[in-house]
This record gives sequence, C-alpha cells and structure tokens, in this order.
Amino acid sequence: MTDYTTRITTVINGQEEKFFCEPRESLLEILRDRLQLTGTKEGCNDGNCGACTVILDGVSVNSCCVLGVEAENATIETIEGLADGDRLHPLQQAFIRETALQCGYCTPGLIMAAKDLLAHEPLPSNERIRLWLANNLCRCTGYTRIIKAVAQAAKELHQKP
Amino acid sequence: MKHAEGQVDFKVIGTTPERPDGIEKVTGRARFADDIHLPRMLFGKILRSPHAHAIIKGIDTSKALALPGVHGALTGEDFPQLESTVISHGGASTIDIKDLAENCIARDKALYDGHAVAAVVADNYHIAEQALELIEVDYEILTPVLEIEDALKDDAPVLHETFSPGGFILQTEKSHSNAGSFKLRLGDADRAFQNADHVLEETFQTRCVHQGYIEPHSVTVEWSHNHIMSVWTSTQGHFAIREQLAFILRHPLNKVKVTPMEIGGGFGGKDQVYIEPIAAMFAKNTGRPVKIAMSRADMLRGTGPSPGANIRVKLAAKKDGTLLGADLTLAYEAGAYPGGPVTSAALQATARYNIPDQQILGHDVLLNKPKMKQYRAPGGLPVNFAMESMLDILARKLELDPLEVRLTNAMVTGDRMITGIPCQKIGGKELLKAVRKHPHFTSHLTGRNPGRGLAYAMWFGAGMTSSAALTANPDGSVKLSVGTPDLSGTRMTLAMQAAETLGIPVSSISVSIPDTDSIAFSFMAVGSRTTHSTGLAVYEAAQQLLRRMTERAALYWDVDETDVTFSDGMFNNQKDSTLTLTFTEMAHLLEKLGGPITVQSSVTPKSNGAQLTAHLVDIDVDTETGKIEIQRYTAFQDVGKAIHPDYVSGQMQGGVAQGIGWALSEAYQYDEAGHLLNTTLLDYRMPTSLDLPDIETVILETPNPNHPFGVRGVGESSIMPPAGALANALYDAVGIRMTALPMTPGAVLEKLKKKQRGS
Repeated sequence: MTDYTTRITTVINGQEEKFFCEPRESLLEILRDRLQLTGTKEGCNDGNCGACTVILDGVSVNSCCVLGVEAENATIETIEGLADGDRLHPLQQAFIRETALQCGYCTPGLIMAAKDLLAHEPLPSNERIRLWLANNLCRCTGYTRIIKAVAQAAKELHQKP
Repeated sequence: MKHAEGQVDFKVIGTTPERPDGIEKVTGRARFADDIHLPRMLFGKILRSPHAHAIIKGIDTSKALALPGVHGALTGEDFPQLESTVISHGGASTIDIKDLAENCIARDKALYDGHAVAAVVADNYHIAEQALELIEVDYEILTPVLEIEDALKDDAPVLHETFSPGGFILQTEKSHSNAGSFKLRLGDADRAFQNADHVLEETFQTRCVHQGYIEPHSVTVEWSHNHIMSVWTSTQGHFAIREQLAFILRHPLNKVKVTPMEIGGGFGGKDQVYIEPIAAMFAKNTGRPVKIAMSRADMLRGTGPSPGANIRVKLAAKKDGTLLGADLTLAYEAGAYPGGPVTSAALQATARYNIPDQQILGHDVLLNKPKMKQYRAPGGLPVNFAMESMLDILARKLELDPLEVRLTNAMVTGDRMITGIPCQKIGGKELLKAVRKHPHFTSHLTGRNPGRGLAYAMWFGAGMTSSAALTANPDGSVKLSVGTPDLSGTRMTLAMQAAETLGIPVSSISVSIPDTDSIAFSFMAVGSRTTHSTGLAVYEAAQQLLRRMTERAALYWDVDETDVTFSDGMFNNQKDSTLTLTFTEMAHLLEKLGGPITVQSSVTPKSNGAQLTAHLVDIDVDTETGKIEIQRYTAFQDVGKAIHPDYVSGQMQGGVAQGIGWALSEAYQYDEAGHLLNTTLLDYRMPTSLDLPDIETVILETPNPNHPFGVRGVGESSIMPPAGALANALYDAVGIRMTALPMTPGAVLEKLKKKQRGS
C-alpha cells in the first residue's frame, strides 16, 4: 500500500501539517484518523449530512467528499481551530446560549457551515440561513434554535469592529 | 414524598443554566464512540446479505484471510450456539437472546437485505472492505415476505419454524405462522356499535422509518489477558449492552465493562447490540483492540427501524360527537424477529379519550425486513395518525369543531383506559382549552390553498430502575454520577434537581455517567424516563446525603442527631438557634469530620406520568405539485414541571421535526425482491432546515404527584401528532383525506387528481 502514498503539505488551523496519504483516503479520514482531529464528524460518508463540514481554502466542503491528496497546499479550518484559546467564537457561544444543540454530533459541521455563510454574508435573513444550512442534517432540534443562534451570532459579529 | 402542588419557590428548577457538555460539543472536544483510538487497534467490517430471505449453505473466508493486512474472519458458526432465552433488563423489555445473537450475525438463514453474515478484521477499513469482497457465500434464495397482508396468509413463506412470541411490555401469543397476536378489551364494543347514531370505519397504512440519528453506531472492544472485556460504545443503555454481550458470548457479567461515550442521537435505536459481539470476538481472538463502525447504508439496512403498520379503526359515536365505542386492528411489522412495538402502540391507541366500550386486536408480524425497534413513543405515530384522522372525519361529518369534539371526549383523571386501569392524574381538558385560547387557533389563514389541522396525543413513558451517586467534597463541590446516558441535556436537569434539594447552586455540581463497573444498575435512557426516574434517584441520594451530613453536623456541635435539622439550605442546631451551617460550610468541615461522604440510591418507579400533547399546524398546498408547505406550527404539552424549560421546548421541537419527516417524506422503499432501495440520506429523506418552519412551543404544568418536583416524562409524545395534524390540515385545505404515509407531493397529487376526476 505504501507504494502509492503521497506526501501532502497543508495548513490546518494556522499550523503547517504534513501527512502521508493513500489516494483512496478522504480528507475526513486524514483529519480524524491520521491527525486525530476528531472534532470533525462522520455521519454518512457520502456528502448528504454535512457533519464533516470543514472550510477548505475559504469554502465550506464535506470533507468526506474531498480526497486527502486534493488538500495539497490547502488551508483548512476545522472546529478545533475556531475558538481563540479559551475565548469561544460568537457562533460557539450562541449555540450554547440558545440551546441549539442536544446530542451535539452535528454541531461542529453546522458551526463551520455557518461560519462560511457569515464570512460571505454578514447579516443573512433567517430564510437565507435556512437555505444555507439545508446541507447539514440535525435530528434532535428541529432547527428552530439553530437558526436563531446563527442569526444572533451574525448580529454580534457585525457589531464588533 | 411531598406533593409538588403549591411548591413554587424553586431556586434552581425552572431556570435555564448552560449545559456542562455544551463547551465540549461546540469545540469538537466531546468524545463520541468513534473518537476512541487505542494503540495497535484493528478495524472490522461486516458482510451483509444481498438477499431478503435465503438459506446460508456455506461461507468460505479463506481468500479474505489470505489478503495481507487481514487478521481474522468470523461467521455465525464462530459464536456460541444459544438456547432460546428471554431476558428483560429488569422488566420492561423482553429479548430472546438467541434472536438477538442471530440478528447480529446470521447462522442458518439470512432474513433481510442487510442481515450480517460474516465479518473481517484488518489493519484498516480499506483492507477490511477489500477482504469482504473475497468472502464467498453460497445462498439458496427463498421467496421473501415483504407486506403485512402477505405475511398473514396461510400459505406465506415461513421465516421461523418456531419462535418466542414477542413481548415488548405486553405478551403476545403465536397466532399465524408469521405472527404473534394479543387482544385488549374494555366493556362491550358490540353494544356500543348497536347503540350508536354514527359508525365510522377506515383503514390506514404507514411505512417503515428509521430513527435517523446522525452518529453512526461505533464500538471499540479490548479483551485483557484475564478476560476482562472493555467496551466503548454509543448507547442509550450501557447496562443493557453489558447484559446482552455477556449472554451472547457466555461471559460473566462482572467481566464485561461498558463505557458509554457521548451519544450522537438514539431515539430508541441505540440500546441493542449489533456490532458489539463481533468486535468483542475479534478482540478476544486477536488480543488487540478492535473497532467496528457502521456506514450509513449499514445502519439503514442492518439496524432496527420503526415498523410500518396497517391499521383499521371503527368508531361508534352519538349525534353530539360523544364516542361510545372503538374497535381497532393494529397489524405492525415486527421484522425478522418477534417483539416489535405494536404492544406499546395498542396501550396508548385510544388513551386520551374516554371510550367506555372498546377493543383492540394486535398483530406482531414477521417479515423479511430488519428486526424492528423502538423509536420515540414506540409504535405511537401510526395509530395516532389513524385515530386523529378519524376524530377529524367524525367532526366534519357532524359539522362540529374538531377541537370541541376532542374536548367532549377528552379523558380526565380517573377515566378508565382500555386496560381497565383508571387514568392517573392528568390535565387533559386544560391542554385543549389552552389550544383554544392561543392566538394561533384564531389567526387568519393565508396562502393559495391554506388549511389548519389539529391532533392530540397521550403517551406513558417508562419508570424502571435508575441509580445515582452523590459525593460531598470538603471543598464544597459535589460530584453526581448517574447510570443513564445523556441524550439531550439530562446531566444538567439531574444536577438541577440535586442542587435544588441540597440548597446549593447548580454550578457546584459536576456530573458524569460512569461505566458499568462504577455505578449501580440502571435501565436505559428510554421512554422519556431520565429526568423523571433518574431524577427520583438523584432526589433520594440527595436526601441521604443530607442525613449523613446531619450526622456529621451533630458530631461537630456535639448534640444528638435529632437536634439537627436541614431547611432552606441550612443545617440548624435546635439546641442553639444561633448555630447554623450552610451546605458549603458543612462540606468544608468534612475535612476533619471523617472526610468526603458518598451515598448512592437506586429506585424503581412504576411509571413517569402521562404526557399529553396537542399540535396545531397551518399549511399551504401547491395543487400543481402536491407539495405541503408548513406555514405555522405550535406544539402544546403538559410536562408536569419543566426543570429546564429550554430543554423541554427543545425536546418538543425535535419530536415535531421527526413526526413531520415521518408524515411527509420518510419511508423505507423496497423492490419486489426485498432490496432496500434508499440506503443514503439523499434518498432516505429526513427534514432539512428548509423543510421546517420555526416550531413554537407552549408548556403547561400539571404536576405529577409521584415526583417531588412534579416532573412528567417529556421526550416522546411530541413525535405522534404531526402526521394526524398535517393530514387534517390537508383535508381542511383541499378536501382530500390521506390515509397512508408518507404524504409525499406525488401521493398528494395523485389523490388531488382522483378528486378532480370525481373518483
């Protein structure tokens, strides 16, 4: 197997990360199994649930549908890199405050997807948030509190310089 | 135990503190089962039958074993041959351990598409997957049984020559070659139909759906030299997993240690072993830790979904809408092994209405689909859909308001249920009156083809055994340990009950859910029971802790124990009223008065109080596409006492969302050979954020007299009404009556066209 491995260099959460990767390994596998960044979750492994959402070169992607070898020279943001030390990102704070999670399994993917949305559209309407997050399944909450949390975090981020 | 009525001055209960696991979950640090990585770990994969019904004539794993990187292979023959033995985890559920073992890995016959037939373990999943392709299985394909009506025919292919009839809560008896049946009866239904002004009859059909938890099943097992089996898994009940593993592998219970990881959703689907025995056997055989995780397709094909059902309802009513009698037949899928939730469906089918004469015939029907499992209010939604549609049909026939018909017939405390047992304390009519008073009820409908629907539901959750342990530390902190996994925030709701009892802030309490070696036996986190029943255990433990601290206070003050009392968060010296100690001050003294105190409590309450729910929904129907657009949704529920109102409301919203999915878009689709066609979350269509409106919630509180704070179970009932409410709204909007789920755009369109053609 090792005959086919490729050496990949990436920047993950601001740190340079190098890893060996087989062509058949997904970015999700690399993150979770090779780099032990287990905050990114697998829910379906075929791009339909959004639990594995990370931000790759500024765009949110399902990491199960990206190959590890495609990440060469990429900049990747995962849930582990979102908080600034002990200071949570406004999205993380809002998810806790608004009870926007129950089991919490879909939460990292939802937060990363929402971060991507707010990076491009600072004050989206609730309808726009619903459309954007339709890629991320949650089975516990019925979404009402998630939409509210994202809208509140958006306001908070917008008010900050 | 004191009644909750009048006790309104809670300090902690009713507030909304932030959950302790929240920060771990939003930062990705929370440890779920699949996040376990152990040194030298191997990875297992399962081969699943491509046939719905087939004899396994032989399995050859030699080529798979020859693949470099493969460390072992297993088939059903490698597991102990078990006798048919029923276990019950303390009383509420009955599982034939032989059925359970063969559901994990087939022995002689594959009974459904996706039934596990062999497994391999390898250096990584990719090699394991390659190895699966090298396993040769010789099948003799049999005719599958896929529909309830076919399974009940005399000449139907037989799944099992003999079987233990199922017994989830109620026992069934073998009645057909593929079914067990039971009857419930109150009064004389025939008399009611003879005396009725109106008799209505209709049949309904629902399809099999999955619980749809986002986290796949994952387990890691390590087997030590002295045969201690350590298991890390995603489960609603680690004690259930321990017991099932011990019986299947014939291993002593005291050598199985199960650690419950954070659980990414369960909803009734995660209290039974599937991959655990296989991982354990591989761990034993290889001497290395073994992990097995399911793919989404594995889960949809190979775990236990919630059954489809055929339901016949006949109602007898007076001119004024008063129900005189009911006669129901419930035929629910059991799947490949008996014991589906038709029994729990029957027990609540008519409860919430006072019907003096009624009977229910229930069938637990074996067919070539996965072994059906519980799913939030097990079996409740299909029969609620049927009954609530019938109430709407009755109201429209009599030109009465659907809410008034429900009020006329609403069960009140003491009315007899079909079991003959008087209904325990409920606030039935108050809930319906709250719906009538709510602005939603009288608001103006908008849209091209708008409609409004109502449905009403009642559910009885489980009591069962729960355990809690409390430690008072000399720094004033308190450790709470409980035996029920936290699905939705129960660490906080349990800590709040401890804090309220001990008179301390909830921030002083840290909560954990230890492994099966480290806390006393607890039944699973199912049946809306955790905040209620484990709450009772926490309350009992807190009372014990206060007694033990009272003893230490007596030592400190050098008085008799009877001279020390605890009230309003203070220990009081009755000999000298100037001497008092807060809980925290007393805790500090423990350092020199015997050290920390640990107490533990196990309780086994009978029930957790009836949950009443009513839902009101507004829709708009696109008559060109058949799509039902939900405009407004309000859920009303009597929760007894909301310990943490945000979590209660969250439970209600989650139940509504799942019920809407079941009603409108979710269903297992099989081809004629019994292959499951929709094995991805693209094709098995659960609601997305775009499919749902903001879900409004209204909480009512009629205290449960059997809980010190008045708590009732909360989690389950809200899944039931959406299907009936939406079907009634659809009739209100466009005049078509859907009697089958899901009400997909295609199904609605077909019915609309039929109506236009006048057929």
